[in-house]
Amino acid sequence: MSILIDRNTRVMTQGITGKTGAFHTRLCRDYANGKACFVAGVNPSKAGESFEGIPIYGTVRDAKEQTGATVSVIYVPPPFAASAIDEAVDADLDLVICITEGVPVRDMITTRNRMRGKKTILVGPNCPGVITPDEIKIGIMPGHIHKKGRIGVVSRSGTLTYEAVGQLMDLGLGQSTCVGIGGDPVNGLKHVDVMRLFNDDPETDAVIMVGEIGGDDEETCARWIKAYMKKPVVGFIAGVTAPAGKRMGHAGAIISGGKGTANEKLAVMEECGIKVTRNPAEMATLLKSVL
Amino acid sequence: MNVHEYQGKEILRRYGVATPRGVPCFSVADADSAARQLGGKVWVVKAQIHAGGRGKGGGVKVAKSLQEVHDYAAKILGMTLVTHQTGPEGRLVKRLLVEEGADIRKELYVGMVVDRSTQRVTLMASSEGGMEIEEVAARHPEKIHKVAIDPESGLSDAQADEVARKIGVPDASIAQARSFMHGLYRAFVECDASLAEINPLIITGSGDVLALDAKLNFDSNALFRHPDIVAMRDLDEEDPAEVEASKYDLSYISLGGNIGCLVNGAGLAMATMDTIKLFGAEPANFLDVGGGATAQKVTEAFKLMLKNPAVKGILVNIFGGIMRCDTIAEGVIAAAKEVKLNVPLVVRMKGTNEEQGRKALKDSGLPIISADNMADAAKKIVAAVGGQGRPA
Repeated sequence: MSILIDRNTRVMTQGITGKTGAFHTRLCRDYANGKACFVAGVNPSKAGESFEGIPIYGTVRDAKEQTGATVSVIYVPPPFAASAIDEAVDADLDLVICITEGVPVRDMITTRNRMRGKKTILVGPNCPGVITPDEIKIGIMPGHIHKKGRIGVVSRSGTLTYEAVGQLMDLGLGQSTCVGIGGDPVNGLKHVDVMRLFNDDPETDAVIMVGEIGGDDEETCARWIKAYMKKPVVGFIAGVTAPAGKRMGHAGAIISGGKGTANEKLAVMEECGIKVTRNPAEMATLLKSVL
Repeated sequence: MNVHEYQGKEILRRYGVATPRGVPCFSVADADSAARQLGGKVWVVKAQIHAGGRGKGGGVKVAKSLQEVHDYAAKILGMTLVTHQTGPEGRLVKRLLVEEGADIRKELYVGMVVDRSTQRVTLMASSEGGMEIEEVAARHPEKIHKVAIDPESGLSDAQADEVARKIGVPDASIAQARSFMHGLYRAFVECDASLAEINPLIITGSGDVLALDAKLNFDSNALFRHPDIVAMRDLDEEDPAEVEASKYDLSYISLGGNIGCLVNGAGLAMATMDTIKLFGAEPANFLDVGGGATAQKVTEAFKLMLKNPAVKGILVNIFGGIMRCDTIAEGVIAAAKEVKLNVPLVVRMKGTNEEQGRKALKDSGLPIISADNMADAAKKIVAAVGGQGRPA
């Protein structure tokens, strides 16, 4: 099963002809079942053309109707990314994964408001994407470091997710699905949403939750875990040493008004019965200890 | 991105938010003529730096004669102003705002932020003007009133009036307060602000509603839409190392420790800093070289870290995904040679082609210490700079 995506998912790429979109669509197509999964591209000025055999449509709706794709991945530049999400939502896609980094917050506020009551699930923006190892990868993560297994990974950060996966692999533990929810303050799925999906997934046995400073998503997720989670969860929060008021790379990684510190998040997670580590080199060993 | 108070007020006035009349000044002579031009009997001379707490630090003075304006301007311009937000080193004052004095009857607080949980702009208001809002939140949470604003319909009159009443705006000034909040919200949205704080907002003796101070921050991802705001950037207020880094598309933040770190990815960079701390030392910086770390970028990153005289050792932590470890290793070798590296360097590489990467480092003949994992890397660099290298 896995969550969100599997070998039967059909995907369109919005921004397939741009440098990043082209590069990563190739890698995704070449990963596992990707050739069957990546069925369409979208570019309003290149309808009727193709990208290395993948047909390009003028609109998301056309791509959906012609190919049956229900999932979209977005690489379009930041000024246009939110309207690309809007188009995918209006076409009633099941899932939209927005990789683009640098989308203005105001655009995301408007887009998230438009999404109320719609069926589409959003992951990102500013995220590495989602991978169900040995079946499908949608996004910019290196596919080959993963292996199919029964551990779920959810994280706000790209390379820190890869780090967690690398550690799991060193211990011979594969992954059910890895979800990078992204580092922006206003975005789609939060830790808690992904945790709910892992809880309901019969192919996930345990979850590594990786968070960072800023906001209170990790705390919300921790409280939900305490009340509902049936599977073990271990956690790490990056940014114990981050100074207040400074944006640490990610738009959402900032301690403001004394809120959103790593220590605060770690304390709430521990109160909620989640095993946490302050040593990021030990994420996977900690997980193994709770299996 | 931050702007000065006088720039923030300039922006707010465009949206109909009332402020006292004022003139930015860069010299004592400017201040003299500004005071004459403004007229009246009372003026306020305010230091313009990107930090709060200016009044307590002696950077804001009320002058009751043209001579006092002159004397205060002479005193404040060129002073090193230390506030709780500047750090002990303080900030050199190069600009002033000279304003007409205001007849203050009430001091209130109005602010706006993007609330992550509601995914909306939230209006925050309090009767406790002049105090830090964090302090009010801690001591009197009941005195902070919040309204999440619907992005489609905007701030409603009813919402604005209700908030105004709750914070004690007198009936006669409600209409002015309403238009003040509408203007503030429009400015916030149209200028892509990430934070707006009017502290204090004042009610004058004649019932006028004015922004006595203004703090605005802007979403750096949206600056492409606002060349006028970009033009307000004051590089004197920013860390020169951070400004330099942004030229090379490096995300860099100066910290107080002695171990430089170079990492790909913001989350991994923070985790690396945390690991250094865990093993008993302090990071000198946050540095994310990003996904496409080229040899040139890595070289610039090394130069940047080594400009900091406090740096006694460097830790490179790279997770090679799409970017291969051997490519990164070449970048590190080229950089170490170019900058004539004279402090210990520990490199930890994981991921794609890590074996080739390690071999390249070993074959380079450079005194690079290789590490197996993040903890091992932190231990080794802490030991190399003379620390203990064990969990604190």
